[in-house]
Amino acid sequence: MQTMPTIAAETDKPVIQPQNDKSVIKLKDVKRVYKVGVERIHALDGISLELNENEYVAVMGASGSGKSTLMNVLGCLDRATSGYYGLDGQDTTKMSDAALARARNERIGFVFQSFELLGQLSALKNVEMPLIYSKNGWWTRRKRAINVLERVGLGDRMKHRPNQLSGGEKQRVAIARALVCGPSILLADEPTGNLDSKTSEGIMELFDRLHQEGQTIVIVTHEEHVANHAERIIQMKDGRVCSDLPANRDLVHKTAIQNNVRGEQS
Amino acid sequence: MRVLLQAPLVFLRLFYQSVYLALGQVWANKTRSILTTLGIIIGVASVTAVIAALSGLRAKILTQFESIGTNTIFISPMRPDRGPLQHAPYWSIRFLPEHFDGMLDHCPSVARFGRQTGVGAYTVSHREKSVENVRLRGIEPACHQIESRKVSLGRPLSVIDEMQMRQVCIIDPKLQNDLRLDRDCIGQSILIGHNTFYIVGVLEARPESVFGGGDQESSEIFIPFKTSFKMRRYLWVGVLAESKSPEVSDEARAEISFFLRRTRNIKPGEPDTFRVDSVKNFLEIFDEIARVVFMVAGGIVGISLLVGGVGIMNIMLVSVSERTREIGLRKAVGAKKSAILTQFLIEAVVLCFVGGLFGVGFGQLLTTGIANIPNIELDMSFIPLWAIGLAFGFSGSVGIFFGMFPAIKAARLDPIEALRHE
Repeated sequence: MQTMPTIAAETDKPVIQPQNDKSVIKLKDVKRVYKVGVERIHALDGISLELNENEYVAVMGASGSGKSTLMNVLGCLDRATSGYYGLDGQDTTKMSDAALARARNERIGFVFQSFELLGQLSALKNVEMPLIYSKNGWWTRRKRAINVLERVGLGDRMKHRPNQLSGGEKQRVAIARALVCGPSILLADEPTGNLDSKTSEGIMELFDRLHQEGQTIVIVTHEEHVANHAERIIQMKDGRVCSDLPANRDLVHKTAIQNNVRGEQS
Repeated sequence: MRVLLQAPLVFLRLFYQSVYLALGQVWANKTRSILTTLGIIIGVASVTAVIAALSGLRAKILTQFESIGTNTIFISPMRPDRGPLQHAPYWSIRFLPEHFDGMLDHCPSVARFGRQTGVGAYTVSHREKSVENVRLRGIEPACHQIESRKVSLGRPLSVIDEMQMRQVCIIDPKLQNDLRLDRDCIGQSILIGHNTFYIVGVLEARPESVFGGGDQESSEIFIPFKTSFKMRRYLWVGVLAESKSPEVSDEARAEISFFLRRTRNIKPGEPDTFRVDSVKNFLEIFDEIARVVFMVAGGIVGISLLVGGVGIMNIMLVSVSERTREIGLRKAVGAKKSAILTQFLIEAVVLCFVGGLFGVGFGQLLTTGIANIPNIELDMSFIPLWAIGLAFGFSGSVGIFFGMFPAIKAARLDPIEALRHE
């Protein structure tokens, strides 16, 4: 597939020894157990999963099904109680806190339901923020932030503060912020939960486009029409994966959008 | 190599970003910041003002000592603070003039010395005018040179006046004026008590000084030392001496002590019944007092800084809980614990530095105020540079100390919990 040049290009990540050529994420029998008093709650109860490069996955499930926990574990915010989690071929279960922080910085982009932008900073500064914690100089930082903002279609709104932006624009800024470090995987937690259906569609189009540019994307959602944008839908129940199927791809509007994007590209 | 270089660079970037963010926070909550740092502001302002007043006083005293002469040594009787003479009447430990006979031969570091007596207050009259309460002092001629008071008219007292116990006197211009004496009053006679004295000279007006002088209420008359014993049989005797140079003033003091112990028959082991003070010595005493004042003021300021610090801690804790989501977000995008810690610590320090800045400003205002109070000797008050450094050092360390706990609290937050925080 033809891809647009990504801004994520030159990050000085350590060389990855690929175990499996294409797998970005590999979960083997991952468990996450919470202790509440004497009770032990299995939020994740033995999940095995493999996500390949440039996959577009939606995780669905009722509340309490463990999808948020899965998200936290995938995003290295939380550690699995047992099992193996390989991110880009590296075993995260053996990493130190600092190494996990670095992995979050370099390999994972988070998009939250409520945007989580810093109100006192302009859009540009918000997008630059993750790069403060990496090894990039002032100039690279600015360049990459501008680049990625243009990529999400906010080139003219860089100096605006979050309270001067609409909901859709805020989420675009948040997506730009997630992309700015060139992550291996983009994790979106209910990215359209706070948006009306029209803006949601716009955001989902953006995700589709990013996918076509080669970005691996995981979306956690409980909305059917959002999930149907993905290529693969994982249903969760009681901390287990209960179905893992390709999405219903004959949705007309989606193909239309894809054709549109392809048309623009060629 | 690259990694080695990058580590400090990352820290530097984090540092200036944190300072930038912290200033933003301070600016965003202007009122809150000012109220929070009030303790620091007051503390720093008062400490700088006290230091300024003390150093102004010291500078003033120093210039005045220079006008007296830094070689000057004052010798006076003093009750010892131990031994049998502890409660002796002053009269029994007074100096007798003969205690000092031959002192120059035994004290090589002493250039000259002069005995003086305070005869008391007398009524002085000339024709029908009279002035009450004039202080009469008997001095040896050397006292003139040591005190370096110039005679503007006539001549100073001489050795011959001394030897012949002449009834001559030197008056100061205030008295000359008060008695309505002629402008050239040399050779005219005045009555001091019931004795006639001839005026041989008029002194220059005494410069204003912390030791008295300037526009004084009472005026002074100087008569020869021996003549003063004609006025009263028993007199209090004090001695002014001058060392050969300021460097040997300590040697001179030691020599004088040694000499006086012998002439006053003080046995080994017994305490001195006199004191020998050089100007340098006085400065040391002043510094001692200044240190005590400074420590007392420092204690008070310390308490105010402590209170201010608790205020800072409180507001930082509020800030941490207000910005829990921000902390969670920063952690989620890859901020390490140390980065969050640094950010909040720097924020506390910046807050304190802002307080310090305002404090130094107010301190300067106070100092200007102090310097402009009339009739007290503080018009040379200034804030020395080290005081500013001290103020900032203190407020910075208060920031670090009291900011540590909230910063650790922020750094330890669990990102998942923090992001879920309302």
